[in-house]
Amino acid sequence: MIHSLFLINASGDIFLEKHWKSVVSRSVCDYFFEAQERATEPENVPPVIPTPHHYLISVLRHRIYFVAVIQSEVPPLFVIEFLHRVVDTFQDYFGVCTEAAIKDNVVVVYELLEEMLDNGFPLATESNILKELIKPPTILRTMVNTITGSTNVGEQLPTGQLSVVPWRRTGVKYTNNEAYFDVVEEIDAIIDKSGSTITAEIQGVIDACVKLTGMPDLTLSFMNPRLLDDVSFHPCVRFKRWEAERILSFIPPDGNFRLLSYHVSSQNLVAIPVYIKHNITFREGSSQGRFDLTLGPKQTMGKAVESVLVSSQLPRGVLNANLNPSQGTYTFDPVTKMLSWDVGKINPQKLPSLKGTMSLQAGASKPDENPTINIQLKIQQMAISGLKVNRLDMYGEKYKPFKGIKYMTKAGKFQVRT
Amino acid sequence: MPSIVIWCQQQFEILICLILWLITKSYSNSIPITFCVNKTVHAYLYSTLPQAANFQCFSSLRHDDLKEMLDSNKDSLKLEAMKRIVAMIARGKNTSDLFPAVVKNVACKNIEVKKLVYVYLVRYAEEQQDLALLSISTFQRGLKDPNQLIRASALRVLSSIRVTIIVPIMMLAIKEAASDMSPYVRKTAAHAIPKLYSLDPEQKDQLIEVIEKLLADKTTLVAGSVVMAFEEVCPERIDLIHKNYRKLCNLLIDVEEWGQVVIINMLTRYARTQFLNPNMNGSDKTFYGSDEDEDEEEEEEKDKKPYVMDPDHRLLLRNTKPLLQSRNAAVVMAVAQLYFHLAPKAEVGVIAKALVRLLRSHRFTEVFVLSSCRYVSQGMFEPYLKSFYIRSTDPTQIKVLKLEVLTNLANETNISTILREFQTYIKSMDKDFVAATIQAIGRCATNIGEVRDTCLNGLVQLLSNRDELVVAESVVVIKKLLQMQPEKHSDIIKHMAKLTDNIQVPMARASILWLIGEYCEHVPKIAPDVLRKMAKSFTNEEDIVKLQIINLAAKLYLTNSKQTKLLTQYVLNLAKYDQNYDIRDRARFIRQLIVPTEKSGALSKYAKKLFLALKPAPVLESPFKDRDHFQLGSLSHLLNAKAGGYQELPDWPEAAPDPSVRNVEVKDSVRAVGTVIYRDTGSDSASGSESGSGIEESGSGSESEESEEGSESEEEEEEEKEKDKKKKKKELKKKCLILHFVCRYIKYVLNSHANMYRPFLHLLLCLQTISPSSALKSYEMLHRITGEGLSVEYCFSRQPFSPDANMVAVQMQFTNNATSDTKNLHMEDVKLQSGMRVKEFPEIELLPAGEMVTAVMGIDFCDSTQAANFQLCTHTRKFFVSIQPPVGELMRPVFLTENEFKKEQGQLMGMNEITEKITLDVKCRNEHSIVQRVITAANLSRVPCGSDKECRFAGRTVTSSSLVLVTVATKEEGAAKLTINCEKMVIGTMLVKDILLALTQ
Repeated sequence: MIHSLFLINASGDIFLEKHWKSVVSRSVCDYFFEAQERATEPENVPPVIPTPHHYLISVLRHRIYFVAVIQSEVPPLFVIEFLHRVVDTFQDYFGVCTEAAIKDNVVVVYELLEEMLDNGFPLATESNILKELIKPPTILRTMVNTITGSTNVGEQLPTGQLSVVPWRRTGVKYTNNEAYFDVVEEIDAIIDKSGSTITAEIQGVIDACVKLTGMPDLTLSFMNPRLLDDVSFHPCVRFKRWEAERILSFIPPDGNFRLLSYHVSSQNLVAIPVYIKHNITFREGSSQGRFDLTLGPKQTMGKAVESVLVSSQLPRGVLNANLNPSQGTYTFDPVTKMLSWDVGKINPQKLPSLKGTMSLQAGASKPDENPTINIQLKIQQMAISGLKVNRLDMYGEKYKPFKGIKYMTKAGKFQVRT
Repeated sequence: MPSIVIWCQQQFEILICLILWLITKSYSNSIPITFCVNKTVHAYLYSTLPQAANFQCFSSLRHDDLKEMLDSNKDSLKLEAMKRIVAMIARGKNTSDLFPAVVKNVACKNIEVKKLVYVYLVRYAEEQQDLALLSISTFQRGLKDPNQLIRASALRVLSSIRVTIIVPIMMLAIKEAASDMSPYVRKTAAHAIPKLYSLDPEQKDQLIEVIEKLLADKTTLVAGSVVMAFEEVCPERIDLIHKNYRKLCNLLIDVEEWGQVVIINMLTRYARTQFLNPNMNGSDKTFYGSDEDEDEEEEEEKDKKPYVMDPDHRLLLRNTKPLLQSRNAAVVMAVAQLYFHLAPKAEVGVIAKALVRLLRSHRFTEVFVLSSCRYVSQGMFEPYLKSFYIRSTDPTQIKVLKLEVLTNLANETNISTILREFQTYIKSMDKDFVAATIQAIGRCATNIGEVRDTCLNGLVQLLSNRDELVVAESVVVIKKLLQMQPEKHSDIIKHMAKLTDNIQVPMARASILWLIGEYCEHVPKIAPDVLRKMAKSFTNEEDIVKLQIINLAAKLYLTNSKQTKLLTQYVLNLAKYDQNYDIRDRARFIRQLIVPTEKSGALSKYAKKLFLALKPAPVLESPFKDRDHFQLGSLSHLLNAKAGGYQELPDWPEAAPDPSVRNVEVKDSVRAVGTVIYRDTGSDSASGSESGSGIEESGSGSESEESEEGSESEEEEEEEKEKDKKKKKKELKKKCLILHFVCRYIKYVLNSHANMYRPFLHLLLCLQTISPSSALKSYEMLHRITGEGLSVEYCFSRQPFSPDANMVAVQMQFTNNATSDTKNLHMEDVKLQSGMRVKEFPEIELLPAGEMVTAVMGIDFCDSTQAANFQLCTHTRKFFVSIQPPVGELMRPVFLTENEFKKEQGQLMGMNEITEKITLDVKCRNEHSIVQRVITAANLSRVPCGSDKECRFAGRTVTSSSLVLVTVATKEEGAAKLTINCEKMVIGTMLVKDILLALTQ
């Protein structure tokens, strides 16, 4: 299936290669560079590039291209999904997935890749199993290793792969037994000129951090499971039980993992937490434009809207912007024409606004497009869909775990058309 | 030996001089130097050093150093060396000269060194075949290791070494590993198969044998890997799948994600060869909707053979559906394509939701899902229309794909929303995207007649746009649209004629000229004027425009020669001396055709017909069409070109191949839990339906006898003719009689030599308790009226429930009295008192109309008579049902001798003893009938007893194993004393009531 993997950085250097079958010359990447040149933006590189003898499937993450070389028919998503899993694993191991981190840990990376694929077919991709095979580097361990000359490779042979619960390692022990769940929702919305919602969806996930001794069997129930209509689960979740009782019953993997992700589609009514009053005009014949923006909270159930960041790509004709924010700071990049305004927290008593003028290229005709406004925001302690966890129970172990749940709402692709 | 280590970080220009100097020095002195240089210096060295001796010595010297480290006996040094070697491999440096030094360490004790050596070995073995052989013996030893993980890893590396000489060794190792005890090793064996195959394809036949063996494996660990091997080695041997088909379907949900993808893709192909096309009847009617539908269908098409989906086909669809909820996009996509290719049209819709969800994952996934969506779009995604709306921040690639999907989704009802949305896109800053939008509008307009005028008006407005690209694209699209109804739109043509002054984009100019030429009759006054202007600028035009000017001139000459004769001549003369010879050719050709001379042939008469023929309107099509023949979600489909190793998706067969090839002989262990479905082969398969898993040797014999009878009595019900019924009954009675006599005889023998024949007592016990099934009282769970044709009866079969000894076996009999089939019978929503447990019966996939099926489930009642409530679900309905056990069923018989009985009874006195005086029923005054009645009421066994005035019975409760002792002492004239000794007082009191009732009525 997957023949080789090349890692290419933003400046076009191949800084890592790994082959699972016969060696494929790195000159195959020339086809990739060619396609990269043709695409104007890095995002526009086609995911699959056919070459005379191979196909290149690439994924761009953290400004690194992960280019897989395949030779014969294989579902492209299979490869893409696997590459993402590789990136996730690196991130899990090194905290970040950057060129420097990979280069510093090149041996661990190589060992990981060796374990994850056998002859191009995925072998062990569960982080719990991998961590048993190859211990992640920590500062302490690196220090100990340099002094004692011991290794990162697990002393004991792993058994997780053989167990009935392949995603959980065995013999887990903690002094503090804790289970934390984060319900994070992102709103994707398009708001039109007049402020009415064109489309709004919610993309939610429940990320868990479970540090429990032994083999706990958890059940998580919701106050309003009806909301979860379109869900995807971590493999540990018992699907039958969910179907029958709408209860999440699972033996969790050890550590951090994504328990489930859900999608509340545009057919449902989605609350929009902020509104924007905007007035962006360009007058014909004058080299000035007016810019006026006011933000306000809406449907937030009394919670504060924080970390608000407004950004907008202004038309090419705009030379500069001379604006006056009532709070926060704004920047305008005259090259990319990107305006961004870091608002911070919205105070409902004193609504933040950004007013001023834009100077246009003299003599140029008025731009016929209006910019769209992208908004980022955060609301703590609330899931905008109204999802609420009812209770978490643990079976199979005697101790009493500490349980915690956190809600958060963020803006995903939240766009206002003007 | 002295060594110099140089660290250079900054000021590298100076350092490089130093290094160069040192290199030359060390070359003569042979002092090993280690250069720890940073990347820039490194690159600099590469570029500046002449590729001659100097650099050669530089690298080999460094390797010398590594060799030394590898040869040392310190693990830490070895490790350091290996780490550096691996880092070099990772950067693509050649380290093959170190091979001998590295391979020596293959047997190193240090596990990390060993691992890194493996990495190295696998990378370079191909290049250094002879030396690689040195390492083989290590792996051969590893293959025999008691630790399964070491065995597996040895096989993994051994099979990864691509050296042809060791093919026989690999073959042997794979064969051995395929029958290893550990499933993990078997999985590795499955992985090794394609490796060996790619190394030596001649081993195919032997490998297929191994694959066949591994396919029969029942563990989820192996399933994915072996199917992968199957796909790589012998995808054409579909016959190997038959026997494993059902197993694979059932295991699927527990297989790891990557295996799921492979299995689903393979099963899609398999299903295409084995089942009938569910959509073949041509009607879109669903056959699997509500029952009423089905009934009507049957009535209507009685003479036609209605399509009935093969239950195995249904099994596949049902078992893959939950995987749409997988977190892995590849799995979701695989299921989606399976439904797309295999499911009846009415059911394909379920994949839409899952695919829309995938849109929110990583961007390349989004690209891919979108490009798949556009083929599936018809109607299915309509509810999700808004999920495809475009954001200004989307990359162009995605914008274009979304536009494609939106255009495909457009229909009469939603076109106005879509067009409104398109209008905002036209204002976008991304001009390529705007152009794509205009094309999309054009496509919508051609497909949906109602909005053609609106679209046209909108596009005409765009003609005044400031951006030339937008205008040009609109002109091209308008041209195509106008061709459909030119007569209505002469004003638009006039408007466009005016545009020729401004528009510079050649394609747009050419389009306008063509349009004017084609419809010059509609604009008789303007056309010659346009030609005049064009003639003026002819020399400065692009080729494509020039050709259209000639075209226009020719057409005008034919329709309006009076005004344009001279102009045409002029244009043709200009063209005659053009640089492009296409244009010169065209001019010459047209002149001959239209200008009548003496020499001109017969063709000029037809010139008008040639030029002004009615042209068919163009069909605006998506550039992505005709990919239907590739399997959705495959690489070939994405590229629209057959990739190597692509397996064609076969067409549905005309007639279904024999479905019985998938039948598998059910083994005993499976059968104990399993259900028996009578639809398969009639009565044969019914025999030996359920049996205890043979706890007692002697027990099994009698049980099978019993079940034979059981099946016969069931058959009896199926029989319709009275005669047969009577005959059967006679036979049955005969058998009962024989049984009875055997019992009697054994009892006699046993009573005299109790201890000696103890083993036989179990037989007796079985014979007695498991009396013909008619004696088992059956209860109604679901009446056929409330169950809408489905009736369910249950009885306590009094057999040990083998999966769990603490459970009471409940045998259920499902009868389908309805005229339609019932599917997917299973349990849901079990509500129990605390402590109670239920082992559900396996789902019954299909219960054909008029048929009957039995299934066994186990319930642990916790020694209480609390009912077990649950829902019985079919594919259409759910019924609330409950099972309440009579107290007598909560025990199992045990055998005690008379002495043991008395001893036990002595310990259960006082509170634990309940006594009741009774008067026996008139019909029940002999020993035999008392025994009969007590045993019917409670699942107890008789204890041999010296006196014939007393009958004793013993049993233990199922859950807590507390003894239950029953004594019936008869006196004269039907008076009797019933004594029950039991630790559990509640059970005791209840049992007294039940037995009392049984004996007195």
